[in-house]
This record gives sequence, structure tokens and C-alpha cells, in this order.
Amino acid sequence: MSGTLWDVVIMLVKVVAVFAFLMVSVLLTIWLERRIVAFMQTRVGPNRVGPFGVLQTLADGIKLFFKEDVRPSNADRILYGLAPIIMMVPAFLSISVLPFGTAFGSERAQLTDLNVGLLFVLAMGSLQVYGIVLAGWASGSNYPLLGAVRSSAQMISYEIAQGLSLVGVFMTAGTLSAAGIVAAQQGDPLAGFIPRWYVIFQFPLFLVFLLSGIAETNRAPFDLPEAESELVGGYHTEYSGVKFALFFLAEYLNVITVSAVAATAFLGGPDGPAPDFLPWLWPILWFVAKVYLFVFLFIWLRATLPRLRFDRLMGFGWKVLIPVAFGWVAVTAVVLVVDFRISRQTQLIAIGVVVALLLLSLLLPSSEKEAGDRTAPGGSSP
Amino acid sequence: MPSEILKGLSVTFRSMFRKRNTIQYPEEKRPTSPRFHGRHLLNRYPDGLERCIGCELCAYACPADAIYVQGADNTPEARWSVGERYAAIYQINYNRCIFCGLCIEACPTRALTMTNEYELSAPTRQELVYDKPDLLAPVPADAKPPPHVDAEDGPPTIARYGPQASVSQESTEPVWALLADLPADEGRPK
Repeated sequence: MSGTLWDVVIMLVKVVAVFAFLMVSVLLTIWLERRIVAFMQTRVGPNRVGPFGVLQTLADGIKLFFKEDVRPSNADRILYGLAPIIMMVPAFLSISVLPFGTAFGSERAQLTDLNVGLLFVLAMGSLQVYGIVLAGWASGSNYPLLGAVRSSAQMISYEIAQGLSLVGVFMTAGTLSAAGIVAAQQGDPLAGFIPRWYVIFQFPLFLVFLLSGIAETNRAPFDLPEAESELVGGYHTEYSGVKFALFFLAEYLNVITVSAVAATAFLGGPDGPAPDFLPWLWPILWFVAKVYLFVFLFIWLRATLPRLRFDRLMGFGWKVLIPVAFGWVAVTAVVLVVDFRISRQTQLIAIGVVVALLLLSLLLPSSEKEAGDRTAPGGSSP
Repeated sequence: MPSEILKGLSVTFRSMFRKRNTIQYPEEKRPTSPRFHGRHLLNRYPDGLERCIGCELCAYACPADAIYVQGADNTPEARWSVGERYAAIYQINYNRCIFCGLCIEACPTRALTMTNEYELSAPTRQELVYDKPDLLAPVPADAKPPPHVDAEDGPPTIARYGPQASVSQESTEPVWALLADLPADEGRPK
């Protein structure tokens, strides 16, 4: 880096732009969540504040900022205030390594291209566990501690599955940097129109990443640690005002981060057809569209599915996702190292088809064996 | 199991496009039924005299102790109601009223009925204590507002006001024989 003043100015502009994009995205995501969940329940959702209720989140944020800042007497003095910050800052930092677009004049539309980009993202996700554990413990009361312990157990379990799912992507792309992974997904489309995204070549890992991403962010159906009917509020029970707003912000930032990583690693990031008019705009639009596609998926799952019981949640992470991810990483390794006559892509697609067929077989109606799995007294069929 | 998850997802997805059943209050309002329990109304006779005779049966019936009545005597020079007494002070405290309608059932003269009005919010508690002027029905168009003078309008007899009106001084009928059922919609504001 040459380090001239101009470079510093450009870096500052990018920082401000990414920060603004994130804040607006969080606002938009919360509004989208409330509206889409409402529509799925045949009701309307917020529609009074601003056009179509878009400014509702802003009004809620302003209200939270004016709320009284309570600190329980049992709370640890320093950690109580530090926990929301520890949770929030990594959430902002994670997005900084993802490419928003391709060439932007002489720059890339990316804040910084670390050569260990996605590993940095995983590390930031791990740091947030500290924020949750500290929040729960420093609150000095029962329910937050329970919620924090459950949440941290859940998060560290699903981090393994998340990391493994990205290992397959790293192996296929040969690099950890986000820009490199996006570049590895470029190339001539298969059969003329199917892009060479990793969602096709690493489909099982795509599913594993999505599911573990939902669990990482404590979203439904994996949201037992913060469900109101279970634990009042989980780790953020004793928080109000600005600190609670920071937790809220961090949770939705995580949703956006996981969506953005999924879009980058599996859907090619800013990849997409771009007409010649304004060539820098279309990749950004494609990236944003893909991120919001995943956000919609998260919201859809939240509106539909009931909560997983905690032991089933942990069982699912350890006994299903991790073996599947491990198995597929092993398969990918074999495919990459051993030189069969057929091309690598064909091998991966073939095995992917087999796995997809196995998954489809699960779509058949449940057998008698599942009926006995339910813990009903008497054991008779329902 | 995954098939049931996908079926559930399709249900929520399809219900995004169904008609929403939210009513956008206050631009749209759900219509109330004809016998809706709303704000109270103190009715009058067609000639302007109040129906309320200050008997305090409504206050006695109220389970929430929301009604306060203080009666006073009608004199031949100043008559507010058709009986011997009228309600000089009549207050309903809507902080306490539970809109059960027991007061309506208790009123012997059908003076007290309920309207369909339910938008009663106020910024202070004091404003929710409705006094008699807030509750009285308006004087009919061609009638004289009370107080009436007996010498001009004549004393209130059964012939003019029906059996539920209080007796005038000259009648010898026992009161219980005069308390017959009125038709249910007499005195209800149109």
C-alpha cells in the first residue's frame, strides 16, 4: 500500500459507506421482518410511521434511546456495560471483508480484501459468544444466566458445522479471501446458462451452512435461548434502553452477515449479468438482491416453524450437521486430489445428485418408526 | 419430517397473498350491533320533560359503583321530570363503568339507555366523569326545555305520560299497578 492521503480518504469513504449501508440494512431488515411475518399471518404489520411504515424501526430506536438506563444492583459494574459492545462490534467488522461489487472506478467495492477473509468472519462470530456469555453472567440474575449458557452452548456447537461447511468452499476455491472465492465462481456457465456457483457443486455444504447460520444467530426455530415464553428474554432480559438497542442491532446485523457470507461463498457474491450502462452498479445490486433473498428465507422460517427443544437442537447440530459436513469435506478432498478421468465439476455434481436424492427420500411421508419416536405415554399411535 | 416443513413453508408463503383482515382504524371502523353497550343517555318525553325521576335504582344496581344520583323535589312552579322527584345531580364515572348494562335493566322509566358510542378516551381522569348535561338527550325540536310550570302545561297524568310516568297528586291508583311494561323502543334516540 502506498499510503498517500488519497488512499486514506478513499478508505474513510468506504468505511462510512459500508457503515451507512449496514445501518440502513438493519432498519430495512427489521421492517421487512415485521411486515413479512404479518403478511404471512394475514395481517398488516406497521404501516403508519413513514410510507408503508418504513420508519417504524427508526421510531423504535429513538424510543429506546430515550428509555431509562437501568442497571440491576447485582450486575457487575463494568461487564454489564461492556457486553453489548462486545456483541455489536464484531457484527460490524464481519461485513468489512465481503465484496459488495466488482470494479468501482479504480477501486474494488469492498472495504478490505484480507487474504484470510472468511476465516476472519468466522472469528468475529466466535467473539460474539463472549458478548452473550458476559451479558448473561453480568446481569446477576437467573434467567439471563440460563439463557446465556444455552445460547453460548448452541453457538459454539454450530460454529463447528459452519466452519466445516466453509472448508469445502475453501478447498474448492483454493483461497480464504472473499474476493478470491467470488473470482473462483466466475467462468463460463454450465449448459449455457447455469452459473458456476458453489451452491451447485457444494450443495450439501450450502444446506449445512444455512442451517448452522440460523442457529448461530439465535433465530427461529433455534431461538430457545431468547424466546420470551421460555426465558423472558434470555441474555438480554435485564437490559433496557441503548444497551438493549445494541443487542437488537447486533442480532439483525448477524442475520445480514450470515446472509452476505452465504451469498458470497455459495451464490457468487456480486456475480450476475450486467449491462454496459453503469457497469459498477449492477454487481452491487446483484449482491444486495442475494443478501435479501437469504434474509427473506430467514424471515420465512421464523414465521413458519415452531421452536426446537434445546436437547434436540444440540443433537441436530452435533449428530447431523457435523457428520454431514465432515463427510462432504472428505468427498471433496478425494475429488480434488485423485485424478479421475472425468472433470472435477462432473464428479461433484454426480455425488451431489446422489446426496440430493438421499435428501429427497426423506421427503417421503414419515414411516411407523417415527411415530414410536414421540414420547407419548402408552405408546399408541396418534 | 422435511416434507412437513416444506408443506408448512408453502402455507405461510401462500398466505402472504391472501386478503388481510386488519381493519385500519380510525379510517375504517367496524360497525356496532344495534344493542351495543356504549355511552349512556338520559332520555326525555316528547314534550321535553326528563324521564329520570331520581329513584337511584341505577346507582344501586351498578356493580362498579360508577353512578352517583342525588334527587330533589319537583315543585309546581319548577318541574323537571314527570314524577315527584328528579335527579338534581346525575354523574356516571366512566373510569369505573364496565358497560354491563345492569343500570339500564334497573331503570323503571326507561330514562337510562345506552348509545352505540364507544370512543370515550380522554387525557385526564376528571374528564371521564360525565355529568348530567353530558348525558341528557337533547330537547325535541318543538318542545319546551324544562323546568316546566304546572299551571301552564298541566300536571303530569297517566293519560299524558303513560302508566310508567309517576302519578300526579290527584290519582288514587296504587303505584305498583301503574308500573306496566313499556314497549322496548320507546324513548330510544333515533
